[in-house]
Amino acid sequence: MSDAIIEFRNFGFKYTSQAEPTLYDINLSVKRGEKVLICGPSGCGKSTLAHCINGLIPASYTGEATGELTIDGTSFRDLDIFKLSKTVGTVLQDSDAQFIGLTVGEDIAFALENDRVALDEMKRRVADVARQVGVDEFLRHAPYELSGGQKQRVSLAGVMVDDVDVLLFDEPLANLDPATGKTTIELIDDIHKATGKTVLIIEHRLEDVLHRDLDRVVLMGDGRIIADMTPAELLSSDLLIKNGIREPLYITALKYSGIPVNPAIGPQSMETLNLSDDDVIKVQEWYSKAPWKKPLEDNPVILSARGIGYTYDNGCKALDNIDMNVRKGEMMSIVGKNGAGKSTFAKVICGFVKPQEGTVSLNGTDMATLSIKERADHIGYVMQNPNQMISKPMIRDEVALGLTLKKKLTQEEIDAKVDETLKVCGLYPFRNWPVSALSYGQKKRVTIASILAMDPEVIILDEPTAGQDYRHYTDIMEFLRSINAMGITIILITHDMHLMLEYCSRAVVLSDSRKIADMTCEEVLTDASVVEKANLKETSLSKLASVCSIGDGQDFIRRFIAADREAR
Amino acid sequence: MAGFFNYIDRKSPVHDLTGATKLVCLLLWTFAAMLTFDTRLLVVLAALAIIAMMVARIRIRDVKVLFWFSFVFMLLNNLLIFLFSPEHGVTIYGTRHEICHLFWRYYLVQEQLFYMLNVILKYMVTVPVVIVFVSTTDPSEFASSLNRIGVSYKVAYSVSLALRYIPDIQREYRDISMAQQARGLEMESRKQNLFKRLKNAATMIFPLIISSMDRIETVANAMELRGFGKGKKRTWYTARPFRFADGFAMVMCLLMLAASIVLNIVNGSRYFNPFV
Repeated sequence: MSDAIIEFRNFGFKYTSQAEPTLYDINLSVKRGEKVLICGPSGCGKSTLAHCINGLIPASYTGEATGELTIDGTSFRDLDIFKLSKTVGTVLQDSDAQFIGLTVGEDIAFALENDRVALDEMKRRVADVARQVGVDEFLRHAPYELSGGQKQRVSLAGVMVDDVDVLLFDEPLANLDPATGKTTIELIDDIHKATGKTVLIIEHRLEDVLHRDLDRVVLMGDGRIIADMTPAELLSSDLLIKNGIREPLYITALKYSGIPVNPAIGPQSMETLNLSDDDVIKVQEWYSKAPWKKPLEDNPVILSARGIGYTYDNGCKALDNIDMNVRKGEMMSIVGKNGAGKSTFAKVICGFVKPQEGTVSLNGTDMATLSIKERADHIGYVMQNPNQMISKPMIRDEVALGLTLKKKLTQEEIDAKVDETLKVCGLYPFRNWPVSALSYGQKKRVTIASILAMDPEVIILDEPTAGQDYRHYTDIMEFLRSINAMGITIILITHDMHLMLEYCSRAVVLSDSRKIADMTCEEVLTDASVVEKANLKETSLSKLASVCSIGDGQDFIRRFIAADREAR
Repeated sequence: MAGFFNYIDRKSPVHDLTGATKLVCLLLWTFAAMLTFDTRLLVVLAALAIIAMMVARIRIRDVKVLFWFSFVFMLLNNLLIFLFSPEHGVTIYGTRHEICHLFWRYYLVQEQLFYMLNVILKYMVTVPVVIVFVSTTDPSEFASSLNRIGVSYKVAYSVSLALRYIPDIQREYRDISMAQQARGLEMESRKQNLFKRLKNAATMIFPLIISSMDRIETVANAMELRGFGKGKKRTWYTARPFRFADGFAMVMCLLMLAASIVLNIVNGSRYFNPFV
């Protein structure tokens, strides 16, 4: 047993604030030097499990534990967060919030400062570890001067500087664009190979993590461990779908083609996948038979931006000569890497910021003279974080807020409108509940409902599904689709490629404050230069298409999405 | 973006001083200015304060918000002094040189004008120095300097984190405010009276608090996970050795404080009296 660094035996945990336990019967042993993924839907207990390993339980969250957990041979009852921090280094999801120091060097040194390491040794160790993760050129930079990927490297350096045995990554991909996410997985893998440290990754984006080899995947659901097996075995089972985790798209495509997925075909990644000639023919046959619907015919343009240019006070250009047309009833997306200008563009449309150049017009009328409030009668804006929007404690009041402020309606009219909206949004049963009793996904619905109540023609949503697992993602997106079907035009700002592929007809791609593409989503993802400039990632589907010698990758993707939609 | 407390990253002799030096100097200087109403010393101190701002390479437009705020406050202060105590100078200096009658019980008196000149000078002595301090000391250096003069590092770090997150919270407030305006909340001054606007601003506090609490939880966890708070002491990556300039600056400020005390004794009061 000596080679197990983390060992759970019949472990259970219940938070003080909750009636039911969050973890049941956990039996899990992680060997020194292993690389393990812990995945599961939101609320399955994977974060709680991580908190038990790094000591945030009981340091920040209290509760009762049963059974036994040993870390590096010591029972958790004899450990505390400070002792554990010498063995387990945790990289948190939000690399902005965990950036404590004012510069890269200071942040990496944080653990050493708390250990009272002398200045010379501190500088030397910081320089060493910065070199290891490739941020040594940025030691004097402030957090806002770094990209998302660089911040993540700094976070990693900040825990590696303590020479820990276990690196624990809590949802490392949540806030990253696809290309940066891919680099992060590569970085984790390189560090694992170079140092031989034990690596635990907690993440529900399975396909992205599988980009590099893993020893094992632990699948959790409802507080229990459901599976503990190799990636190949897990992908060959039907456990993922049953537990609300999305399988890699190429696996789904293989299943649609009637190819049995088993460890023998190397399903864990596109690189290891080994299809027989028969299998290739099956994929080709499925492709030629797959259904395909034509997109909507051209509707009139509802929203149009012409030559939009915006420069910040400090002289930085955020938007440079951007043109865009949105057609009535469309569901389209604006994509691009962090800082490409997506959010600023949305703010220009809503009138939050005034562009120095160009015009935005709605139904052919220039909106330049309209105030934020007046634009809001036509264009609704839903922020990424629902907690930033909700200002009333009760659901009903929150949804009614915009209508009450308008003062054009009588109380009866407002009530009728609110009831109708709540019904459309599936929130009617909760109408008299406090907002705080809702889950994140439900809060999101409330914010959408509060915008919908004002009868906008266009709704803009900023990263509507960020940080959501597959089930909530599907929930939110199907809801948006039903709103779209009512004739409301929807613009999504996102870097989630699945979202854009599955739900949008078209994408406008921004990169370094310019528009670099305006095409169908399949075209975007099969255009290598756009993919690279916008920090996107080629999907596994187009790789599968080329493996199976299907020439038209775009069409393959299109048909897959159509078939997948029908299957659900 | 003109923030309120913003560190301005530039190269200057004042930036090169350690945070602890600047904090000690600020305290000595403030004491010196507090103790005295001696116009001669105040003039010297005000001149030095403005020179310090120039040496620190701070331009007026970098700090215009703080500058205007102090200016308005100073006017208000003087106005109130005049309204409530129009002959305060007479009580202090013991003589009365009337210039003319204004209205009701208000007269223009030389002693009062001289007293108010001293009040203005006091602002000119302290405001530039505070501006120099906040714009040349970065928050983490500020924390380490508080710690060096004996404040517990936990308290010191909380203060510096609070200062650091002010711009973040300002940004978040702006975002929330825009989203609420988009739902019909009117925040523009010309279209609403002050009371309504305050009431509207209150509806933004709720989401701001919720999201700030989330942030606090994450930061606290991140800090604990990396061993913050385990020892009684810690070291500082940004610590810098004391150099000649540090000693020089502190001795200068100490001299100013000494001058202020000596003048108090020589004058026999806090005031310099030109009227006898």
